[in-house]
Amino acid sequence: MTVAERRVTVASPVGLHARPAARFVTAAAAFDGEVYLARPGGPRVSAASMLAVLTLGVRGGEEIVITAEGDGAEELLDRLAEIAACTAD
Amino acid sequence: MEPNRRPPAVGERTLTGVPASPGRAVGPVAVLAPPPALPGVRPAVDDPAAETARALAALERVAELLRAQAASLDGPAREILEAQALMAADPQLAAAIAERVREGLAAEWALDAAITSYQEVFRSMGGYLADRAADLGDIRNRALAVLLDAPMPRPPAPGHPFVLVAEDLAPADTVRLDPQTVLAIVTRMGGPTDHTAILARSLGIPAVVACTEAHRLYDGVPVAVDGDRGEVVVRPAAGQAPPVRPARPAADAEVTGPGRTADGHPVALLLNLGGEDPERAAAHDCEGVGLLRTEFLFLDRVTEPTQEEQYAAYARLFRAFGDRVVTVRTLDVGSDKPLAFAAQGDEPNPALGTRGFRTVRTCPGVLRRQLAAVARAARETGARVQVMAPMVATPQEAADFVGMAREAGLAEVGVVVEVPSAALLADRILRQVDFVSVGTNDLSQYTLAADRTRNALPDLLDPWQPALLHLVGRVGAAGRSLGRPVGVCGEAAADPLLALVLVGLGATSLSMAAPALPGVRRALARHSLRDCRDLAALALAAAGPREAREAVRGAVGW
Repeated sequence: MTVAERRVTVASPVGLHARPAARFVTAAAAFDGEVYLARPGGPRVSAASMLAVLTLGVRGGEEIVITAEGDGAEELLDRLAEIAACTAD
Repeated sequence: MEPNRRPPAVGERTLTGVPASPGRAVGPVAVLAPPPALPGVRPAVDDPAAETARALAALERVAELLRAQAASLDGPAREILEAQALMAADPQLAAAIAERVREGLAAEWALDAAITSYQEVFRSMGGYLADRAADLGDIRNRALAVLLDAPMPRPPAPGHPFVLVAEDLAPADTVRLDPQTVLAIVTRMGGPTDHTAILARSLGIPAVVACTEAHRLYDGVPVAVDGDRGEVVVRPAAGQAPPVRPARPAADAEVTGPGRTADGHPVALLLNLGGEDPERAAAHDCEGVGLLRTEFLFLDRVTEPTQEEQYAAYARLFRAFGDRVVTVRTLDVGSDKPLAFAAQGDEPNPALGTRGFRTVRTCPGVLRRQLAAVARAARETGARVQVMAPMVATPQEAADFVGMAREAGLAEVGVVVEVPSAALLADRILRQVDFVSVGTNDLSQYTLAADRTRNALPDLLDPWQPALLHLVGRVGAAGRSLGRPVGVCGEAAADPLLALVLVGLGATSLSMAAPALPGVRRALARHSLRDCRDLAALALAAAGPREAREAVRGAVGW
């Protein structure tokens, strides 16, 4: 089993809300394994929960830490990092 | 509303109501089904696993419906519905429901309670998330409809422009109306639709409310709505009234700047804020912030945010508002909005427990550090900053808070009046502080003894309840005689009609969500302080909330 971690800056001006959040959660929920999201040094929440991701209230320009455990974790993180780094809102 | 399936009498027929938003429009009716209510009797739970499964199956059904609806759309509407589907299928929501079922709640109640608590969190975070609270409410209504086998409430989407007919519209329903497809609004209730009226006006949608025969209208029947005269013509003669798109009323644009009555009496119009973007919030035409909910910095945190982090957030906001006043409400949490780093233990009655200012009894450090961060941000930005403590019940507590805030170096210190005891002794409280702000939402919950986190007792929580207004009047009178400002920061202040009453009761400032500002500003500009006092007297003397609203509406001529 692979455990992978990635730090990315959320590029969307609205932060991890609205469309970016929906894309992020959809990708995380489709993963066969655990995926977590946190601010650096902060508590982690399930990245597969829209409510958890929304209430984390990540804003544009903030750094986040994504952790995934399971087969294909690195690939998933590539995808999530890409979503987070997308500047479109 | 149960639509009447029988065709109306041949030929024209005119239904009358109360004009609520000017303009005329003709189009086919689309009826909005009412949200389902929880049954009066709460059954016992024998098989928690089966009960949880029932609730989750209903949510999955809702998620499916939302996904299907999303697939038929494009653009932002599609993405909004897809995001909503993700919320309906959320694993944490499922866990929260299972937890409540284990505590003994049947599926319907567990679902309602779990969603209500997420809504509270969303609202307290403000901005984008506060708007999503309405999406959660919609999920709740749909899932309840599945569980109770009731008609699914959904905004009509007949695929063409229509006249929306409803029993009543919640503000959230109105906010989501698309002025491109909703030609006009007709509601049967005159209820708390002042929000509806003002929003309809701001969107330029003609509206008729309190149309008692609106239930006779059914999907597809053509009607002509006259929002100036309060008339709805059923099956109008061809060519009678062309579908006029009324221009956005110019009146809102004419009145800008500081709030004042027609005779020039100033009433500061302020903003209620949470975690919104400070610069964007500061762009609104307002005189400052009347309520900064600071919970957004604290919720969902395992550890308390550092003073440095708090300072940075406050300073950014203070800078954004420049020389306008910013009123910071200190942390309003307790066992109903628990914080991991300030554990309160379980309380069976959290609304009556150790919340708000009362948390100093168990962990005073949190408030001290918050006040220090606010004071530092105020000092370094040179902003005009006020602080106020929530849930202060006694003059002694007010004095204690003033002591703490002054020690931190803050000059303007007040308290939120939201406990009836504080309203009753408003004169003694006001002698301790520089100002007070009446939190009408909690004050109404505590005065009428009706839980505001449930939807079961809306009439008791109606801000037009004369008992609530009497308490506000008592605070206003104390403020007037001591020459101290009395603000109102609850939802009541956002209702233009009620805002007039509040000013008549002695409110010197009104704080509300940004969309409500133009309507309240305009209402004030049309009435003198004397008018407001007369309206307040009418409301105080009324038998009940409905009568109070009708008496004031009648006197104002809306």
